Amino acid sequence: MPKVTVDGIELDVPQGATVLQACEMAGKEIPRFCYHERLSIAGNCRMCLVEVSPGPPKPQASCALPASDGQIIRTDSPMVKKAREGVMEFLLINHPLDCPICDQGGECDLQDQAVAYGRGGSRFHENKRAVTEKYMGPIVKTIMTRCIQCTRCVRFAEEVAGVEDIGALYRGENMQITSYLERAVASELSGNVVDLCPVGALTSKPYAFEARPWELTKTLGIDMSDAVGTNVRIDSRGRQVLRVLPRVNDDVNEEWASDKTRHHVDGLIRRRLDRPYVRKDGQLVEASWAEAFEAIRAANAGASVAAIAGDMADCETMFAAKALVTALGGHLFEGRQTGLAYDVTSLSAVNFNTTIAEAENADVVLLVGTNLRWEAPLINTRVRKAVYKKGAKVFGIGPEIDLTYKVEWLGNDASLVAKLPKAALDALKGAERPMLIFGGGALSVPGVHGAGLALARSVNAVRDDWNGFNVVHFSAARMGALMLGYSQPGGINDVIAAKPKLAFFLGADDVDFAAFDGTLKVYVGHHGDKGAHAADVILPAAAWTEKDFTTVNTEGRVQRSDKAVFAPGDAREDWSIFRALADALGVSVGFDSFDECRAAMIAAVPELGIEGLVDYGWPKDFNDLPKLPARPEARKIPSPIKDFYLTNAICRASPTMQRCSDELLHGVDFAEAAE
Amino acid sequence: MLADKDRIFTNLYGFQPWNLKAAQARGDWDKTKDLMKRGQDAIIEEVKASGLRGRGGAGFPTGLKWSFMPKEPREDRPSFLVINADESEPGSCKDREIIRHDPHKLIEGALIAGYAMRARAAYIYIRGEFIREAETLFAAVQEAYDAGLLGKNAAESGYDFDVFVHRGAGAYICGEETAMIESLEGKKGQPRLKPPFPAGAGLYGCPTTVNNVESIAVVPTILRRGAAWFASFGRENNKGTKLFQISGHVERPCVVEEEMGISFRELIEKHCGGIRGGWDNLLAVIPGGSSVPLVPAAEIMDAPMDFDGLKALGSGLGTAAAIVMDKSTDVVQAISRISYFYKHESCGQCTPCREGTGWMWRVMERLRTGDATIDEIDTLFDVTKQVEGHTICALGDAAAWPIQGLIRHFRPELERRIRENGGMMEAAE
Repeated sequence: MPKVTVDGIELDVPQGATVLQACEMAGKEIPRFCYHERLSIAGNCRMCLVEVSPGPPKPQASCALPASDGQIIRTDSPMVKKAREGVMEFLLINHPLDCPICDQGGECDLQDQAVAYGRGGSRFHENKRAVTEKYMGPIVKTIMTRCIQCTRCVRFAEEVAGVEDIGALYRGENMQITSYLERAVASELSGNVVDLCPVGALTSKPYAFEARPWELTKTLGIDMSDAVGTNVRIDSRGRQVLRVLPRVNDDVNEEWASDKTRHHVDGLIRRRLDRPYVRKDGQLVEASWAEAFEAIRAANAGASVAAIAGDMADCETMFAAKALVTALGGHLFEGRQTGLAYDVTSLSAVNFNTTIAEAENADVVLLVGTNLRWEAPLINTRVRKAVYKKGAKVFGIGPEIDLTYKVEWLGNDASLVAKLPKAALDALKGAERPMLIFGGGALSVPGVHGAGLALARSVNAVRDDWNGFNVVHFSAARMGALMLGYSQPGGINDVIAAKPKLAFFLGADDVDFAAFDGTLKVYVGHHGDKGAHAADVILPAAAWTEKDFTTVNTEGRVQRSDKAVFAPGDAREDWSIFRALADALGVSVGFDSFDECRAAMIAAVPELGIEGLVDYGWPKDFNDLPKLPARPEARKIPSPIKDFYLTNAICRASPTMQRCSDELLHGVDFAEAAE
Repeated sequence: MLADKDRIFTNLYGFQPWNLKAAQARGDWDKTKDLMKRGQDAIIEEVKASGLRGRGGAGFPTGLKWSFMPKEPREDRPSFLVINADESEPGSCKDREIIRHDPHKLIEGALIAGYAMRARAAYIYIRGEFIREAETLFAAVQEAYDAGLLGKNAAESGYDFDVFVHRGAGAYICGEETAMIESLEGKKGQPRLKPPFPAGAGLYGCPTTVNNVESIAVVPTILRRGAAWFASFGRENNKGTKLFQISGHVERPCVVEEEMGISFRELIEKHCGGIRGGWDNLLAVIPGGSSVPLVPAAEIMDAPMDFDGLKALGSGLGTAAAIVMDKSTDVVQAISRISYFYKHESCGQCTPCREGTGWMWRVMERLRTGDATIDEIDTLFDVTKQVEGHTICALGDAAAWPIQGLIRHFRPELERRIRENGGMMEAAE
């Protein structure tokens, strides 16, 4: 532990810390532009200069200098002040004075630091540099004249996103950050460069000129577009969500968010269900809540009731629906709407047991039937980290796709899980921290689940301090649904076979609705999507930004999200719909408020009451795991996701997601005409 | 004046062929095996004792630099010698003469130096514009391989050593040691942050030493004739002989090997036929290549040409490339042109250099015509101070120093131009 002195404060810093980190530990603010905790050190902005002795008699870049024993660091000397003023002046001489029309205004590092560390005026009397705009795709808007060449975006693209689409061309004052070929940045994480950019050079295209940061109400939320459970901040103004930004949570998303998480929210004001509908003579017609409830009551379903949860259903909604169905005497619940029917007698056998944060410590990885880049982009970045920082080796079974790191593909054949090639098997057996990841597509092939558990046993993937058996879910609702009992032994086919007279679809759009012929289909959701089209009664509900809720991500992490805005029109929060419907149907659900609903849910499933990882209890002995068939047939593994950008009803209503899909996945050319 | 018998570079002017046979006749590759047999540490000690300081400009003791290399390189992490032949400093032209007329001195030096620092191979990074020189060097290396002097069991010493020649693409910044390493690795030539220094993590992350061509090429002769012989030239801390390159307003510009510490006057009189128009006509000299501050005539005339002598004048020896300017020179334009060069060659990586070099050049251009105000001279000086010492590599310093030298010594000239242009008038408010 080196002992250093920062402005007279003596402190011990951890081995390997930089001078900048030492200064921060001493409570000193060090201005910086290029330095970022999660990227490699570039040391090129020179804003973090401090005075260090012993050392050369000139200021040192603190971000790149290792702290060593006996250093005396000054952050408040005249030399440091002058150095910062000098660098600030250089950064500003070619930076346009267009803050009034810049979207970064109000949350701009350059603005803030110019106020704190800059001089009052400019001594620069020459013409300012202008730089042509670059095209970076549907998410990132560029105004490159504002660029200060900190290269954070370049380093992010290379190191985290794993695409080499952003780089620097030319040199000296002509240096430009560019996408080289005026092509969209082909990454599902491209939006993060907007957050990283310390100035207004890269801003959000869908959010351009929408709002100023000080106008926005900030609400802490959990993203529901995939099962990672990205921690987000919902920025809203009035009744509209304007943007979603990631929050720092090192256990889940670090500080990144996928483009879908960020930009599907413009779908929240489009194609919304804002009043009840009832199907009359084959046509859905607008109705009042009373008429809609009456239509449900008139079905006289008795106990023949089912509830099907969609991918974005939260725990309280599912609990409320279950409470009503149970009160009616029903017992049919299912959350795997597309027909998956894997065994769930042990939830630890369908959980991401390694945990997302630990995934970056694996040394040999086997991916089975999962396109991690689409199913869980922020787990993919962890695996990428394992590959590049720890030298992990990755094998894959399934269709060959570019996951941004080297994968040794073994073939697209489910039966390989039971008979791995020797090289892969030996690598897993020899690994210190082997990690097996099974995608939803893999679990749809009978036998893969059992073969996977057998494989985990044979390669000793589960040890005292390491559990390498993982299922990566793609649906945000999945783990919560399973904990709340939304599962039938035969999956949704059991529900279909029972021919319920009445079924509630909780935002479920991907169900084979034709199979529910003869059932009164009640769609409780927020978007006019496939589910609403097929429904007999539509009860308009709240989207994830419009309610408080609890959710459980794919690693079994219970997280809570807050309500940012009100649902539009006559739409209501889901729990209250079931509460009101209970009255209309003459039964009791046992709660009268959201708090009571949540309390009842926690009473039923206590784990949902504690934020953090749920311990599903991996058995001490493999023999205590369910006995499952372990002979998968030789066939291709299907992918659960056809289009990354259009996976749920909100995305499908979002023009931004639509454009991303068209341009990045289907090759439609949107490049703007040259000016 | 250095006697002919004490010259290291005996074919500097190309009067004889450069090839292996001719080189061997001049004494190169003579019992190289025996030189190497003295042992690696003994070679380093000998070079240390000779007082050889790096000839690329910074003047770091060469033997000391070599001693930073690991004594027992790991199998998976070999050591490398990189030889800097990216001679792009305006005014410098010594490495070029060595390569085109005496390449075997360099190649033999590479083997011995590489052996001494336990390197697996040497990479000679040659400036892109040196087309004929590169051809010669490629051919000379091939000759050495064919004669068994390189490769497996190089020169029958039992040591395996390879020499690779790599051509640059014409960027001045690739002469900076870490930018050169980046460029060798196939990346954009931008200097790296130090630490880590190349001796710890250099080319491909392996221990690396970067030396100038001249530093390497003199090593075999130092070993043959002994450290004491080499150290007998020059002054304390500034030992040996050195290639001086004199350009500009002298009667006969030339490259010449001379004793370190020779006075400027002697250097010019003996080898260049004097200043054009006589000594009274001398205006100023840039003594070490474009990146050191100029020295006015009165101060330079009898100054010793070595590291410490020129440092005392607020300048530096640099590569010993003296640019002589007589009184016909527009000194402001000359420095402005140098400013333009640094603006053009800045890699753009770090802020002060990227933004500062352009600013400085633009102000210099206005000072040239007098289209400025007096206080802008002070602003310019302040800007050079804001660049100097704040950058990743030394290019920022190199861009700042010539302007500082100009302002320090020729401020009256700058003010005269502003006055004559009417710049004293205040702008209408």
